[in-house]
Parts: sequence; structure tokens; C-alpha cells
Amino acid sequence: MKVPFEKLDKAFENRLRLQIMSILVVNDRYDFNSLKELLDVTDGNLASHLKGLEKEEYIMVHKSFLGRKPNTNYEATTKGKQAFKLHLDALEQLIKQQKGK
Amino acid sequence: MEEKDIQNELSSIRSLMERSSKFISLSGLTGILAGVYALAGSAAAYFMLYGSSTGSEVNISLLVGIAVVVMLAALITALILTKSKAKKSGQPIWDRTSRTLLFQLATPLVIGGFFILILLSRGYYDIVAPVSLIFYGLALISASSFTYSDVRYLGIAEILAGLIAACLPTYGLLFWAIGFGVLHVIYGSVVYLKYGK
Repeated sequence: MKVPFEKLDKAFENRLRLQIMSILVVNDRYDFNSLKELLDVTDGNLASHLKGLEKEEYIMVHKSFLGRKPNTNYEATTKGKQAFKLHLDALEQLIKQQKGK
Repeated sequence: MEEKDIQNELSSIRSLMERSSKFISLSGLTGILAGVYALAGSAAAYFMLYGSSTGSEVNISLLVGIAVVVMLAALITALILTKSKAKKSGQPIWDRTSRTLLFQLATPLVIGGFFILILLSRGYYDIVAPVSLIFYGLALISASSFTYSDVRYLGIAEILAGLIAACLPTYGLLFWAIGFGVLHVIYGSVVYLKYGK
């Protein structure tokens, strides 16, 4: 029997990363401050996990200025959306398997 | 990973997807009260138009005044009730989703508002009621992706009421009362029963 644990994406092992991704798959773009507000996390924590997702090429970063304030927006890439979907499928399978036991 | 952990993970994902894209602090009570104001306004307009024995010419600016008062009362009620509901549910009232919702709502409303002013200035009074219903319906449909999806059905109903009203020119006030009064009360009651106060 294949163990679907392997199918779980390592990049989503951290809960916050999965949460960020779930926001970005339903919204075209989301800015840093709104993410922070919604997830209720610190700047540093959020920034480091966004960096991690960016490294995986799961998200794209758009930097711009609103007046003088920097405004950073994030967007999920096709690769990121695909990975998110596969990860959810794997979670679903895990549940099914555990119910079958 | 335990099954419970996975379930928790999935439900947190689902809730974030909804909270990040939908503003759900709108209350059904707002709809009911807005409908009641509109009905009262329609009644006032009716007595003004048909109640006076003098039968003198219609005072348009007074009719517009009634409409504006109804709209302001509805807006203020919506603001107060939404604020208190958002506070209870812990959702911020002024965040990304509420801004998006407001923008989607305002675009057709502002355009419709200017269009109505043009119609009034050119003397096309009997088409104003259907036009206001149609633009309001369009505004609701455009906003519906960012809040309860039930809003879409209200929008469709408003547009239908507007189109029928456009075919029946002398019944403008009646359809205005149906569209802004009766439909709001029905919608508000449905939302109230479905999602609670």
C-alpha cells in the first residue's frame, strides 16, 4: 500500500504557509498588511514564510508604492496552485485511509 | 498526523478562504429595516401624488427629497448594524474585503446616480424608478461575489422589477415600493433566518 504521507508537500509542513496559500488561491492578489491582519501574526514570521513560498516559486511578489508607503502584493503562481491542490488531495486521502482502518 | 489534526487543518483552510474573500458581517435586519423605510417613503410619495385634492402639478424635488431621506436612513442603519455585527464576530469592518465589496457596489450605483440626475434634468421622470431599480440590481450582482451569494438573487429580482416597471410607465411608484420595499423585507427575512441576526 502506498503511503500518501509522501505526497504531502514539504513546503506546506508549516501551518502558516498553508494558510497563506489558501488565501492566495481564492484572491487574485493580497497585500502584506491584509495578510498580517487576517492571520494575526508578526511581521517577521509572515515575511519569512512568504520568502519560503517565494523560493519554491509558489508565489509571486509585486512591489509598488502607494504614495510614499511601500505596498507589497502577493499572487499565487500556477505551480503554487497546483501544489496546493495536490496537498489538499493528499490530506483528503489520509483521512479516507485512517477511516478505513 | 492524526485525523483530528487534518480535519482542523482543512477547516482552518476553508474558513480562511471564506474570510479572506467575503465580507459576512451584513445583517438580515438591515434588509428588513431598509425595506420598511422604502415602503414608508413610497406611501408618503403616494399621498403626495394622489392624496391631495388640488391635483396640482407634481413637485419633483419633494419626491427626490423623499428618496434621498429613505436612502440616507437605510445607509445609516446599515452602517450601525454592520458595525455591531462585525464587532461581535470579530471581523474588522474596514478591511480588504469590505473595501472590495463597497467598490463593487459603488461603481454601478454612482454611474446610475449620475444617469438618474441627467434623466431628471431632461424631464424623463417616469423612467427614473425603473432605472434606479436596474442599476441597484446590477450593483448587487457585482457585489455578490464578495458577500453572501443570496445577494445575487436579490439583484436579479431588482433588475426584473425594473424591466417590468419600464414596460408599465404609470406604475413606477408601485414597482419602486416592490423593489426597494417588499424585496428588501423578503431578502432580509431570508438572511435573518438563514444566518441569524
